[in-house]
Amino acid sequence: MNKWWKSGAPWIWLHGGAVSISIIMVFGLLLLILVRGFGHFWPHPVLQTEYQVPATGERMEVIGELRRSETLTGQSMRDAGIPIPVDQVLVTRHLIKLGNRDIAGRDFMYFIDDFMGDWQYPRNVAVLERREWGDFFGKPIRLLEGDQQLTLGGDELWPEFQRRLARSNQMFDEIRRIERVEIGNINFRLERVRLNQRRAELRESLTPELEAEFKAQRQVLQAEYSELQQRLNQLREESRRDAIVMQVAGGDEVTVRLDQIVKAWQPNAMSIPAKVVFYAQDFAGFIFGFPREANTEGGIFPAIFGTVVMVLVMSVMVTPFGVLAAIYLREYAKQGNLLKTIRISVYNLAGVPSIVFGVFGLGFFVYLVGGAIDQAAFPEALPAPTFGTPGLFWASLTLALLTLPVVIVSTEEGLARIPSTIREGSLALGATKAETLWKVVVPLATPAMMTGLILAIARAAGEVAPLMLVGVVKLAPTLPIDGNFPFLHLERKIMHLGFHIYDVGFQSPHAEAAEQLVYATALILVLLIVVLNLTAITIRNRLREKYRAESD
Amino acid sequence: MDIPTPANAAPANATTAAVSLLPNRERREKLRRIRGIRDAVSKYGVASAGIGVIFALALIFIYLFYETIPLLKPVGMEIAGTLAVPGDEEPAPTVHLTLDRFEEIGGRFSASGAITFFSTADGRILSRTAVSMPATASVTAFGRSESRKSLFVYGFSDGSLLPLQVEYRQTFMDGVRTITPVLGFPLGEEPIRVSGGIDGNYSALTIVDGRGGYVIAGGTDAGEITMARFSTRRNMFTREMEITRSDYNLPAIPRPVRQLVVNESLRNLFAVDDQGMLYNFDIVDGSQARLIETVELVPDGVSVTASEFLVGSRSLIVGGSDGSVAQWFLVRDEETGKPHLTRIRGFRPHQAPVTFIEPEYNRKGFLSGDESGEIALHYATSSVTLKRLQVGDEPVSRIAISPINSLALVKREAVDELDLIRIDNPHPQTSWSGLWGQVWYEGRSQPEFIWQSSSADDAFESKFSLVPLSVGTLKAALFAMLLAAPLAIMGAIYTAYFMSPRMRRIVKPSIELMEALPTVILGFLAGIWLAPFIENNLPIVFVGLPLIPVGVLLAGFIWSRLPSSVRNRVAPGWEGALLIPVVILLGWMTVALSPWIEIAFFDGSMRQWLTSVGIPYDQRNALIVGLAMGFAVIPTIFSIAEDAVFNVPRHLTQGSLALGATPWQTVTGVVLLTASPGIFSAVMIGFGRAVGETMIVLMASGNSPIVNFSIFEGMRTLAANIAVELPETAVGSTHFRVLFVSALVLLIFTFVLNTAAEVVRQRLRKRYASL
Repeated sequence: MNKWWKSGAPWIWLHGGAVSISIIMVFGLLLLILVRGFGHFWPHPVLQTEYQVPATGERMEVIGELRRSETLTGQSMRDAGIPIPVDQVLVTRHLIKLGNRDIAGRDFMYFIDDFMGDWQYPRNVAVLERREWGDFFGKPIRLLEGDQQLTLGGDELWPEFQRRLARSNQMFDEIRRIERVEIGNINFRLERVRLNQRRAELRESLTPELEAEFKAQRQVLQAEYSELQQRLNQLREESRRDAIVMQVAGGDEVTVRLDQIVKAWQPNAMSIPAKVVFYAQDFAGFIFGFPREANTEGGIFPAIFGTVVMVLVMSVMVTPFGVLAAIYLREYAKQGNLLKTIRISVYNLAGVPSIVFGVFGLGFFVYLVGGAIDQAAFPEALPAPTFGTPGLFWASLTLALLTLPVVIVSTEEGLARIPSTIREGSLALGATKAETLWKVVVPLATPAMMTGLILAIARAAGEVAPLMLVGVVKLAPTLPIDGNFPFLHLERKIMHLGFHIYDVGFQSPHAEAAEQLVYATALILVLLIVVLNLTAITIRNRLREKYRAESD
Repeated sequence: MDIPTPANAAPANATTAAVSLLPNRERREKLRRIRGIRDAVSKYGVASAGIGVIFALALIFIYLFYETIPLLKPVGMEIAGTLAVPGDEEPAPTVHLTLDRFEEIGGRFSASGAITFFSTADGRILSRTAVSMPATASVTAFGRSESRKSLFVYGFSDGSLLPLQVEYRQTFMDGVRTITPVLGFPLGEEPIRVSGGIDGNYSALTIVDGRGGYVIAGGTDAGEITMARFSTRRNMFTREMEITRSDYNLPAIPRPVRQLVVNESLRNLFAVDDQGMLYNFDIVDGSQARLIETVELVPDGVSVTASEFLVGSRSLIVGGSDGSVAQWFLVRDEETGKPHLTRIRGFRPHQAPVTFIEPEYNRKGFLSGDESGEIALHYATSSVTLKRLQVGDEPVSRIAISPINSLALVKREAVDELDLIRIDNPHPQTSWSGLWGQVWYEGRSQPEFIWQSSSADDAFESKFSLVPLSVGTLKAALFAMLLAAPLAIMGAIYTAYFMSPRMRRIVKPSIELMEALPTVILGFLAGIWLAPFIENNLPIVFVGLPLIPVGVLLAGFIWSRLPSSVRNRVAPGWEGALLIPVVILLGWMTVALSPWIEIAFFDGSMRQWLTSVGIPYDQRNALIVGLAMGFAVIPTIFSIAEDAVFNVPRHLTQGSLALGATPWQTVTGVVLLTASPGIFSAVMIGFGRAVGETMIVLMASGNSPIVNFSIFEGMRTLAANIAVELPETAVGSTHFRVLFVSALVLLIFTFVLNTAAEVVRQRLRKRYASL
């Protein structure tokens, strides 16, 4: 023992332990996100049981999904006022999702294991995902068409319900399309007419003919609008036709209109393949769907879209400038102490807190530059700001500034790696410096620039703090790209995956119900960033190998 | 294709010029010129772009400075002009002056009962009203409420009173703003009598529009004090305002009453006598009004010549005949729980007796004037006298400041002119001591560091101490480093020096990959998953800390005792991999042990136990932030430290080993010694990252700006504070600029830290190269 101690081996083991802990933390975290994120879409079984409320002794029926179980000490539960026998040391409690937020008032509850009856999984329990008020748990009893009850056999009820649900969902999609696309389009054009008129007023070129023309345009649009409105009303009326009567926990019957239902499933009756199909559909719906209920339900498509568009706009700005700055620093600038200082400063900006860039973006870009642009180019919209308010362009520009050092460092590294023999060979053949640079050196350094760009994108995609100041919002009414000229709307506010996580996880009224959704969002973000980083690492490693071979 | 070599190309050219592949001279020249231009374009284009980018980055510094500089700008106060005292057929002394929000209209209340409104631009009289006063009486006293309420009361020689109110009405006609001053009489246009008891002159008057109604109080030279309370209530059925009135006589004081003030909460009435003694009456119940305490405001032989509440009527500013200016407010005694009027701070004294005090409308500043004709601008919170100005040689009798604090009117005695004073004082609050020192804020029992920026109303005293935020930032970063530094450095040493290359190729990138993981995800997990988990299983932190290292050592010892046939199956350098199941097992044990530890030592719940022994516990606390942020900086430190250790020249370590040192002796004696600057710089960069991290702290810390280093309480950091408050603050306000200051502090701090680390690293690289 003493010898072993003296050999220093314990220290080596301890240091090894540090690595193991780090590795476990890294992979444990990824695993946690993967399991919780992917678990969100799985149709979990719904349990039914009896519960004796500890405080009053009342019995109640419980139908719900088991969210998680935990073990606590009996003392802490006794402190919380639950009558646990004094000699009982540990208590298990289950968090069960009860749904039916509008009927029961609360959709999550803790249940003490000792007061629960046997758990059963009745096959006919159905889960309805509703457009409002969260999920609904109950047993289907009968279908209604208007006031009429449909006479159906026990087996026909569910398939018939699904058929009718498909019909109402189809109508809902149509309603949504009209609202979002067509009416949105008309609103956009109306606003444009208003701005045109205002601009003419400001320039004092508003003639009566022009005014009449604007009026005519407005009337045409209004007519289109009322036509659409009529069609909408008709669709809404029709979609309200059917309803289903469900029996909830406790035996009450509740009628749910089909136009309130997004989808319905009977998890306890589903086979594994059916669950897999359901899972895939749910996952796709999450990625391509729009959020509902203050972002706590539905999909995250606008957030993904916003993140991607913002990152793309940023790339367009950061790449040329970052590359040019790196070329300047490496190839043209006079190498000396001043340059060394500048280079260190630029590198160090990568370590400056991102929130500082956000502050700069808000103060300088949004208020100063944006305000000036509004005065000069969009006086007709004032006092409503166009660019003088946080938006996509400013978010991208701020992130471009934030990621400039990353691109510069990476490009410089690539340029430095190119053997001087190649450069000298080109110069010896009579090429000018520019020709050497653009035809020989830069093409060879392209992979390094790519690496820099990808790292920049990965950093930008995960950055949230500065974006909260310069253009990302909880809920953006429109996407930054649509069918209206100029198609890419740089002044619009966007949604963002990272901010979505912060917002739904911490600012939403139903944080518990939304928790799973946040895990799923986090998963998407992590996947995006891991993929980007792995790509960058692979390119960098290949590059190193390649030049190592060439310079030897 | 036949390519001519240089050796035979020239003669071939000479003989058969027509088939030469070279362009002719002219075109060659042209081509050369184009290439030259291209070269220059590339050179200057790249240079301008490069310099532009560098400038853009430098602009961050410049702009942040630019936004904070107005905070340091000296206060400007100068005489902008004079107006002839407007509006009196028969000259009567001015009893009060007022200004409107747009600084276009001034008002003058004169002792004749006339109120004249005039333009501040040229002194033109806009309107003039005489209040109705008893036939044979004259104005003998005047009282006012806080400036923002614009309530005044005239006292007449027959003992009757007339309260009135000034309102500036705005109308817009064709986009042009017109302001009309309107006199209002909240308690009727006819003079009223209070209590009926006093017949004759009031020596001091005051009116307050407080919670639940008006109070008018008057005092006489005989020391009598009377008070009337008018409770306003809207009738539920008729929707009309009903006024109920009750009159009280307060206990008399032995000396003549010189000043009277009542605070907005209608709890206290302060009467000041001619010797500078203040009598504090409790008037919560008017019929039971009683004297609580008497306070000597000024030394013997000095009298109080002016006293006025600051906005919010918590702080009383007292000016003495010796020129002293001091701030007093009620401070709750910690032992008895009773409030006492306490002197908080003094301001730079005047050279002559103070004659008038004019508080600002929406913040804690005030103007004071003295008998020598000097006025001074003070700010209470930052306890500074910002500026002094000699207006003339005559005593200052009245001052009015505008609601936006940038224009003042000064009336001097025996001068038929009003002086217009232009004041440039946008940020009086942010002195060095205000930002970084302890400040005694209104209503607090001692000077404290407080950050509380938001305000519900104008009377709120905003508290901009950067200390709680800076302490919070350091606290979060320190706890993060406590976890991250040992783990990352030990891991780096092991990975660089002991680990087998194959394992290293997996371990290094996977830890580095974590650096790219968005911190919003870490923050979310810390807040939503880790915080409740730790709260329910608190002992794991204290069990895991010793259990895991001991367990690892034990595992190492057992491994060394295993038969060599087993040991030889695993090459050295894979200890890390061997330990993974061990650590997982230990971790599981820690969690499983947690409830039993709680039962054995902490009466079943450590959380409860902490509270019962008096340690406050927040669910989102420094421990959670330390764990999450430690996790975030591990990769940063690990990556740089690993590079430093790995690049220690091989011949050094091999030499040490060849001399018979064990691997561990080589590490401590050679590797660490050589690589320590690199490791140091890694720690610095990690610290810099922890200081600036926003999302984790925002989500996992609870964001309460408190000053302590308790591991079980939260904190608010500079970065998180910016993220929370900047979007909601008014552009250009003091709060806005103070947030820019905190951004600048962050920028400079991390920049210096990173630069130092970078310089250390470059030195190290040079040293390695020379070894």
